Amino acid sequence: MESLDLARWQFAITTVYHFFFVPITIGMSALVAWFHTRYLWRREPGDLRLAKFFGKLFTINFALGLVTGIVQEFQFGMNWSAYSRFVGDIFGAPLALEALLAFFLESTFLGLWIFGWGKIPEKLHVACIWLVHIGTLLSAYFILAANSFMQNPVGYRYNPETGRAEMADFVAVLTNEVQLVTFPHVIAASYMVGGAVVMGVALHKMRRSHRLAQTALATTDDPAPDHRGDVVMYRRAVRLGGVVTLVAGLAVAITGDIQGKVMTEVQPMKMAAAEALYDTPPEGECAPFSVLTVAGLGGDDPTHVIEIPCLLSYLGTGSFDGEVQGMAELEAEYRQRFGDTEATASDTYIPPIAMTYWNFRLMIGAGLFAAAVAALALLMTRKDRVPMQRWWQPLLVLAPIATVLGHSFGWIFTEVGRQPWVVFGELTTANGVSDPSVVTSTDVIVSMVVFTLLYGVLAVIEVKLFLDYVRKGAEPFEETPVVEEDDELAFSY
Amino acid sequence: MELATFWFILIGVLWTGYLVLEGFDFGVGMLLPVLGRNRDAKGGEDPAGERRRRAVLTTIGPHWDGNEVWLLTAGGATFAAFPHWYATMFSAFYLPLLLLLVALILRNMGLEYRYKRDSVAWRRGWDAMIIGGSVAAPLLVGVALTNLVHGLVMREVEVGTSASYTEFTGSLLSVLNPVSLLGGLTVLALCLTHGAHFLALKTRGDLRDDARALATRCGPVSAVLALGLLVWLGLERGSGASWALSALAAAALVGGIAANLAGREGWAFAGTATSIAAAVATYFVMLSPNVINGLGDDPDLSISAAASSPLTLEIMSWAAILFTPVVLAYTAWTYWIFRRRISVEQIPPASDPLAEKGARAATRS
Ligand code: HDD
Ligand code: HEM
Ligand code: HEM
Repeated sequence: MESLDLARWQFAITTVYHFFFVPITIGMSALVAWFHTRYLWRREPGDLRLAKFFGKLFTINFALGLVTGIVQEFQFGMNWSAYSRFVGDIFGAPLALEALLAFFLESTFLGLWIFGWGKIPEKLHVACIWLVHIGTLLSAYFILAANSFMQNPVGYRYNPETGRAEMADFVAVLTNEVQLVTFPHVIAASYMVGGAVVMGVALHKMRRSHRLAQTALATTDDPAPDHRGDVVMYRRAVRLGGVVTLVAGLAVAITGDIQGKVMTEVQPMKMAAAEALYDTPPEGECAPFSVLTVAGLGGDDPTHVIEIPCLLSYLGTGSFDGEVQGMAELEAEYRQRFGDTEATASDTYIPPIAMTYWNFRLMIGAGLFAAAVAALALLMTRKDRVPMQRWWQPLLVLAPIATVLGHSFGWIFTEVGRQPWVVFGELTTANGVSDPSVVTSTDVIVSMVVFTLLYGVLAVIEVKLFLDYVRKGAEPFEETPVVEEDDELAFSY
Repeated sequence: MELATFWFILIGVLWTGYLVLEGFDFGVGMLLPVLGRNRDAKGGEDPAGERRRRAVLTTIGPHWDGNEVWLLTAGGATFAAFPHWYATMFSAFYLPLLLLLVALILRNMGLEYRYKRDSVAWRRGWDAMIIGGSVAAPLLVGVALTNLVHGLVMREVEVGTSASYTEFTGSLLSVLNPVSLLGGLTVLALCLTHGAHFLALKTRGDLRDDARALATRCGPVSAVLALGLLVWLGLERGSGASWALSALAAAALVGGIAANLAGREGWAFAGTATSIAAAVATYFVMLSPNVINGLGDDPDLSISAAASSPLTLEIMSWAAILFTPVVLAYTAWTYWIFRRRISVEQIPPASDPLAEKGARAATRS
């Protein structure tokens, strides 16, 4: 393999991996903050127990988001130094602001929240976890602004003297039309993840507590008040998680729909590839949306098995008879606009079609599935009911996983669909990679193998730890003591 | 002052913040096996030693993550203000940087996960990561920064119609030269001493006495290394200003060691902190007007050639002026909240965070 392909694989692996943890962090920090706040105002012991329980799961996850994020900060210079030179003037600023405004906030206040039990006034303590959440939102805003610039470069001009893109209008970069739709979509999808994780975990615990209460009753006549209380507590978390998943799911669909329209406008090729639409439909006809295609994605006549008439026209333009351009026509247009394609790896302006096509559908499918599970959970936990059917076990595990995978599919779609460009219309991916005489393919192989193995091992450890903490469940209620001079610490390593 | 120069200084400030702050938590990590010896006669875990380890780690618990963000900010600011510096430096140090990333990843995971499971094997494994990472990371940072000053093998690359930058053309071995290895060892030793001073300042009882005694032993070693390094680099690249700053670094370090001997722990910590700051300043003075020196006759990468456009620098300057004070204020506030010394007695007795309900109460009574 060439160092270009290697660098692409390496980037895809480390970034997709980072993004397993990021949406969980964004979504769960909000829910933990909510439980902690609710305790402050309702004094309901269950809320504090839930805040601490989900807080632990949150920190187990945060650790990995953090360490994989460090790699992100440096790998542009390592593997994509030509890219870094070309766009650093614009791309670097949001990245630096992310560190200054977001990472300091997140890490400092998370440290305060974790170690602050009994040390700082309660209201301030609750504020800390909210600041962590605000930090995650800021972080997402800046990094997505950087990414949106790659999708739709704005607010810059090419300077022939320095041979690079230079900043012309920073506000335009931060309010890129793509950014304004991407940010709400990603955040809504992250809340969906947070909701689904809380719902899945709490549903599992609720079923288990119910079973323990039943067993206790059957063997000892003891109504096991602990377990009954737990059922009530977890049930609240199930319902909150379910509602968040559903509402966020709706927001995801709405924002995704708008995103599709912006995308058709700024990157029509991506939308055409997402639908495997080779030829522009004849005048007066609309473009259909296929749900399933069995053959021919690589050729010119794909077999769309299930088709919804005119839906693509609607998704792309907002009107059922809008025109969506096909790839063949766009390719001809791009060749005229950008010239020969010798600089691109694939000799074409058409991105890998099967990847774009399937990832788009998988993203939507994953979201629909999770939303359906959430709706069912809400329905079946009405009026103090505990759904004890066996088939719930796989469902409650799969729903959160589906939301996380939905993110990966969405990102792979977005990034692969932009190919062969790394900065649309300005720089091809092939031209962005580090000079192979400086960073050799051996270097890239070494780093790819090291990261893949390391990340693999860490994933096993994290999942195991996460599951053990889920199994353990929420701790019994304990008032937080006020820690004076020589007292035992309420929290220590 | 030119904005590019202002940013060059600011990046020096970020590295100073990083090495002064994370420097002490690296030192604490390295001292873990010494201050918290936790093997009993039969090689098993000694409960008293384990409690000391937990006290040692708790001193940095709320701070290490925030300290590390200084590095991320230095990286991000270099990308934004000097794209060619970022690109040339990180591709040149590809493999050392990979090692640094692995070291930081393992160390952070150790700090986050060590206490999450009650098992001797689990703790031993993560302790090894914390200790190894705390040794490797400052060593690698020292090697990398020293290379920038000592000089890299580089060639000039034309770009656009009237600009150029320099690209690294050396091998891995060219980066692992004697002076930069000395630089790595010096940073390592300075962090060790700085960490010992921090622990002496933040603990009570035996732990405090032991930390002080250790600082007495590492202090002179770090002073000798630092002196050797600064003289070596000074002979290569020295100027009046750099010699003055080197002298300040040495004086502060000696002052810190003396303060530690006198039992003035706050002054000792301030001494090593000043020394680190002065050493970073020395490096940046020896770099300027370049951001990377070329080795021998090789071309340098200058501040102006590496810099971003004036508009980007202006935007970044406003952001830095507005937000840095806020960050400093809340960072200072966290140190204030956790200002009290920690004693081993304050650490709750070991309990299994994963044990069934009530087990914790049982171990307490
Ligand atoms: C749980 C995750 C999830 C779910 C259920 C959905 N999405 Fe999504 N989608 C993402 C998570 C995501 C994402 C990971 O967050 C992406 C990747 C890049 C981005 O901006 O958001 C994304 C990108 C993305 C894009 C590409 C934008 C671009 O490249 O410019 C479009 C058009 C949509 N989505 C549309 C939708 C629609 C119409 C959905 C359902 C009705 C939908 N998404 C559900
Ligand atoms: C918002 C911040 C992001 C930035 C700045 C960014 C930047 C980049 C860059 C520089 C490349 C290299 C060029 C290439 O290989 O094509 C790339 C490719 C890629 N990125 Fe992103 N990315 C971001 C987010 C993500 C996320 C969150 C994911 C996935 C979860 C992702 C998935 C990918 C994949 C799969 C590729 C490889 C595509 C290919 O090479 O065909 N990206 N991105
Ligand atoms: C490819 C470009 C990316 C870079 C350079 C990057 C950088 C980083 C870094 C350095 C951290 C660690 C922060 C700490 O020490 O606390 C981090 C964590 C984080 N990143 Fe990324 N990231 C990238 C992609 C993304 C994307 C696309 C998003 C959001 C949409 C994102 C959101 C976050 C969040 C919320 C955290 C903190 C939560 C956590 O650690 O789990 N990142 N990132």
